[in-house]
Amino acid sequence: MKVSLFITCLNDAVYPRVGEAMVRLLARHGVRLDFPKVQTCCGQPAFNSGYWDEARAAAATILEAFDDSDFVIAPSGSCAYMIHHYSQLFRHDPGLLAKAEELQRKTYEFTQFFVQVLGVTDLGAFFPHRVTYHPSCHGSRLLGVKEEPMALLNGVKGLELVPLPFAEDCCGFGGTFAVKMADISGAMVMEKTDHVKETAAEVLVGLDMACLMNIAGNLRHRNEPVRVMHLAELLYEGVTGVMKR
Amino acid sequence: MSGTTQPVGSTAAGTTVKERAELALNDEFLRKAVKFTTERLRGGKLKASEEHGNWDDWRERGRQIRLHTIAHLDYYLNLFADNARANGVHVHFAHTAAEAVKLSLAIAERNDAKSVVKSKSMVTEELHLNHALESIGVEAVETDLGEYIIQLAGETPSHIIIPAIHKNRYQIAALLSAEAGETLAPDTTVLAGFVRKKLREKFLEADIGMTGCNFAIAETGSMVLFENEGNARMVTTVPKTQITLMGMERIIPSWSDLEVMATLLPRSATGQKLTVYMSGITGPRRAADADGPEEMHIIIVDNGRSNQLGDPEFQELLNCIRCGACLNACPVYRHIGGHAYGGTYSGPIGAVLTPALQKNVAEWDDIANASSLCGACYEACPVKIPLHDMLVYLRRRKVEAGHGSKLESLGMKGFATVMGSAGRFGGVLKLGKLGQKLVVRGGVIRTKLGPLKGWNTYRVAPSLPKQSFRDTWATLEEEIRVGLRETAPDVKQRLEAVIRERKQKEGGSLHG
Repeated sequence: MKVSLFITCLNDAVYPRVGEAMVRLLARHGVRLDFPKVQTCCGQPAFNSGYWDEARAAAATILEAFDDSDFVIAPSGSCAYMIHHYSQLFRHDPGLLAKAEELQRKTYEFTQFFVQVLGVTDLGAFFPHRVTYHPSCHGSRLLGVKEEPMALLNGVKGLELVPLPFAEDCCGFGGTFAVKMADISGAMVMEKTDHVKETAAEVLVGLDMACLMNIAGNLRHRNEPVRVMHLAELLYEGVTGVMKR
Repeated sequence: MSGTTQPVGSTAAGTTVKERAELALNDEFLRKAVKFTTERLRGGKLKASEEHGNWDDWRERGRQIRLHTIAHLDYYLNLFADNARANGVHVHFAHTAAEAVKLSLAIAERNDAKSVVKSKSMVTEELHLNHALESIGVEAVETDLGEYIIQLAGETPSHIIIPAIHKNRYQIAALLSAEAGETLAPDTTVLAGFVRKKLREKFLEADIGMTGCNFAIAETGSMVLFENEGNARMVTTVPKTQITLMGMERIIPSWSDLEVMATLLPRSATGQKLTVYMSGITGPRRAADADGPEEMHIIIVDNGRSNQLGDPEFQELLNCIRCGACLNACPVYRHIGGHAYGGTYSGPIGAVLTPALQKNVAEWDDIANASSLCGACYEACPVKIPLHDMLVYLRRRKVEAGHGSKLESLGMKGFATVMGSAGRFGGVLKLGKLGQKLVVRGGVIRTKLGPLKGWNTYRVAPSLPKQSFRDTWATLEEEIRVGLRETAPDVKQRLEAVIRERKQKEGGSLHG
């Protein structure tokens, strides 16, 4: 049985603490994660910008990394959904196409794996804070991950969940969009953090560090003290009582 | 910027999306007005679709009707034309915008027309028909309130169904006061009352009534209009001659298909169960009819639509029923309004349709880049058009045709080199940790140098931690191994069951 971690390039490079929390949480629930080191990036930045040859170069490392895995788990709905585009990317290569379709069947976003596969919603976490949740677009709209994070958050003792106004609106990240259309993206993230402020939450939690990097970056820019966390970090902190920033 | 004196919509040529968006982003009036109305429409749509129930099933049904019609468009167009002709309608086909304009002007000239009253029609916007009519001395008057306001302002519509969405009531009062020659209070009743009186005269003196078409029913050769103001009823009953312009994809096979479309369109557009008026028109006035035109023309316009036929990535664009729900759901449209898109159609549908209709998918400016690909448009679409995917296809076609930006192309080559190998990726991370020492202050990067300018104008950038995940893995794995040599037996059983289930489904649909 091989259950593998698809760390995603952003979490690998910038937010290793998210991967660490995931690995430790899953270990507590009896799952030994494996980390194939040939993986790099899912290829989404190139794919979405229209550079499909370049996207294939990155995607090939993912196909190779998880070729013999039974389950693949990613701390990002967006990167997990990118796998669903692989059947388009590799449609002209029957061998790789078959691998792509197989990978799509066995890939799960972190909360999907916990709730759908392990059937666990109560991790025994205690987190006595006012928390609001931002559902990232690709994870919730395209991958359909809506109820899983809610179930996990509802399982946390002491946690006060406050709804985020206009929660489903995009935070304005959009990959290269944030650089190419910086002012439009800026207007979007400003509106998002306005809504976060309205909730008076101490913590903003989500499932995608790219979106959270965007929102956290703007909060910090505006000197807002809201703490921004991936749900895996929140749950791990909740079960161990470890306070880390 | 006041917003009243700057006709943002009057010019698109020679400007970029970014420049046009900047105008909008600096126009507080516009942003407030657009937010206010799109929020109202979006909320109304959600409420109406929830109340109706099984919304996704209705969407799928609508999608299937549209897919079927477009797949057999030649058949249904012929059926429609034959039936309409049998009803006494003059049916014309126009391959290009120029042909459609020529046909319309010829009808106006033959009838010695002095004035045309128009109900709302995006196709005539696409053809710039008002200007063409004016050029031969025919007055064209828009009779939809929003269109009338836009016409007075000398602008173009900034929304498919709410043309003047970017204007607030004070700006509208100023425009109408100028027309009235007296100061009108910024009160909806007063303003609408003035327009009603003014337009009543125009209806009575008009020689031609001109309309668009929401749906054309093939089985009877009828046309159907949805509206709330009653002006389309006036347009199609008072003047002696009626000209209807319709995109060639407006067809649906039957009246029973209309039931589905009439369920989807008003709810998606405005959150109404049905618009105030829904008119079905089958031919000109008959002997027993109390009113209606003596002469009726339908001009079926291609103008780039057939480019999509047979194109697997874009054919579904022809399924669009022009409800505007994607605009109301779009977080980009919300901030920049419709004129920033630079074409007749705005929002997500416009960002795809404008280049697609023009065939030059490779050369359009960067409208398709003005999207974060969040998928709100797809979720809102009553016929499930995957606009977020189409935006990516447009970007890819531009790159493939060699029209991508040189700098980006170079960057992406670098991306492929780095991400093509875990060794190189690891190496670049190490270099990054060294390099960032120059710019990291207090754990974050605030410099606005080079590519960080756009990002750091609104945010701070995170710094790279001492160790990447791959650096920490060896230690982490050892730590885990102490408590858990391998996946626990009960968990293993559970996972094996999931694998068995997956294998059974294999060949069927993919999960997620």
